[in-house]
Amino acid sequence: MRIRDMNGSEKRRPVFFNLMQIQMPVGALTSITHRVTGIFLAISVPFGIYLLDLSLQDPQSYAQVISLFDKLTFRAAAIVFVWALAHHLLAGIRHLLSDIDIGSQLPAARRSAWVVNLGGIAVALLALGALL
Amino acid sequence: MRKTFTGLRAWLIQRVSAVYMLLFIVFILAHFVGDPPHSYAAWNGWMMGSSVSMATAVFFAALLAHAWVGVRDVIMDYVHPVAFRVWALALLGIGLTAMGVWVMWILWMRHG
Repeated sequence: MRIRDMNGSEKRRPVFFNLMQIQMPVGALTSITHRVTGIFLAISVPFGIYLLDLSLQDPQSYAQVISLFDKLTFRAAAIVFVWALAHHLLAGIRHLLSDIDIGSQLPAARRSAWVVNLGGIAVALLALGALL
Repeated sequence: MRKTFTGLRAWLIQRVSAVYMLLFIVFILAHFVGDPPHSYAAWNGWMMGSSVSMATAVFFAALLAHAWVGVRDVIMDYVHPVAFRVWALALLGIGLTAMGVWVMWILWMRHG
């Protein structure tokens, strides 16, 4: 990585990218998962729009959308989607709260990061229970 | 890049759209728990009511703006060569705009 020091001359800074050795505090895990779920949710938008369209067309295509839930792969995808959405929402609420200085101190931020990570999984388990 | 989507404005767009989407999702969940539509007619009738379809249109506008700011941030973090970055942002913009047109068409032309 190239940087410049205060005199403007170029220096090379060492780059450490061994992902197996990088320490991941809980807040970092929440942060990267917020990002990954955001990309995943963005990719799923066109599929959601397609299903909305299909469900509104006529009774046959509406029944077709409902019957998708009979397929195991679709239910699995739905649960992953619910987890991603739940995590992204909770992490977003955490962001909004820290914007107004609620839980922005480190101990509280670490606690809320745990709540987000486990809360996302808890909601996914609820969806799993509802769909099984 | 449009100046309207950078810095403080991008930050604000991300938060306003997030809060609207959160309220909309709570509203949809409440409807599905309290009075779930059991037939095509019930679902179609509810969705195509003017207030629900308008709230849905605003939801998708918020969603696409939110996705623009979020994915744009990810592209700017990881895609450094200028040509690739411009292409990635252009594709993103075209894709999101197309999805917006698609939703408006579904809500007001195809079924409305």
